[in-house]
Amino acid sequence: MRAKRAPVLLRLAAVVAAGGLLLAGCGRNMAEQPRVEPLQESSLLPGRSGSLTPPEGTVSRQRGGIDPVFFTGQRDGALVTELPVELTLGLLQRGQERYDIYCAACHGYVGDGDGMIVRRGFPRPASFHEQRLQDASVGYIFNAATNGFGRMFAYADRVPAEDRWAIAAYVKALQLSQHAHADDLPAEVRRSLELERSAERASR
Amino acid sequence: MPQYFPPNVNAFVRWSILGGGAFLVALLIALPIYARTVNNAVGVPVEQPIAFAHNLHVTQLGIDCRYCHSTVEVAASANVPSSHVCMTCHSQIRLGAPQLEALWLSWEQDLPIRWNRVHDMPGFAYFDHSAHLTNGVGCSTCHGRVDQMAGMWKTEPMTMGWCMECHRAPERFLRPRSEVFNMAYQPPSDQLTLGRELVVAYDVNTNKLIQCSTCHR
Repeated sequence: MRAKRAPVLLRLAAVVAAGGLLLAGCGRNMAEQPRVEPLQESSLLPGRSGSLTPPEGTVSRQRGGIDPVFFTGQRDGALVTELPVELTLGLLQRGQERYDIYCAACHGYVGDGDGMIVRRGFPRPASFHEQRLQDASVGYIFNAATNGFGRMFAYADRVPAEDRWAIAAYVKALQLSQHAHADDLPAEVRRSLELERSAERASR
Repeated sequence: MPQYFPPNVNAFVRWSILGGGAFLVALLIALPIYARTVNNAVGVPVEQPIAFAHNLHVTQLGIDCRYCHSTVEVAASANVPSSHVCMTCHSQIRLGAPQLEALWLSWEQDLPIRWNRVHDMPGFAYFDHSAHLTNGVGCSTCHGRVDQMAGMWKTEPMTMGWCMECHRAPERFLRPRSEVFNMAYQPPSDQLTLGRELVVAYDVNTNKLIQCSTCHR
């Protein structure tokens, strides 16, 4: 009996081994394909990174085309004083959103230069409500965001030109907001604020 | 006519059928276990050249996700920030801190920091961050409360079955676009009602979401 059974087990083992060989075909070669993924290291590429920076002089295909004013904030070497994009409520709202993401950390949400990073030791930037910066043009703000200013790094790598204009427009609006008189407000905004105020008084 | 097969072949055939069946059953059990464990490391912090603390930067300092992951709204890949971005603050703050040595080296040598990937998508699956954000999938839906993490780890298995939980019924998870970056977002009690409205409002093509070629192209 013993002599007969042994080959049966042997054959069973062969079946299992064949299955094992089939399984050995399973690999990760579909999951890890021979291509460089974003940010993956590659010795072939400059900077050793799969995420390349565009070569010097690359022309952007985003809004603004090749308009130097749109991308540099300068015309004939002088900073522009007018927005090269249309001023809309949407632009200011976009500017507020982007300002709160990229600028408020140091400049503070109201632009007084008392952001959290400043409280943690970053040299305090000038307040946007100083006379010098109130007088500064929208192109000046755009230029600072694009190329950096003093200890502030350039933001052109993180914030596209269109958003930098939105931010510059919002900073001008922020400056206005800190020096506005109640008489400057549209009648209906004033009325709703007055209502709010009297409701507040009544609740006290 | 001679017998080609001796009687003990009967046993061999029986054993083969039994063994083959058992092998298939074992395979059906083992493969999903393999796919759900080896691949996934949910909750296991990945060691990094710098022990970057999201909780410090996000919760204590109030920095928005997009300050560093600035392409997440417009590109497939949510970028890991360059050393230039880190140095925006760290050129002034914690100068020479030994914990930041990899950053100083990277800055001096003009070479990227070699972060270890935490979420490694298989090459056959295409994923686009911007598409998910514009259609109301929040950061924390897939990444968990990164704003509270001291290290970085996966909070979801990121298996195909997990993706399909949402792709089959996006109304269970969608939020208003204004809430996608809100890490503390809690779905309302009538999530399904809101979700169905958002599916219509954001024009989410639910038929396309379950087609193979949406993710496997």
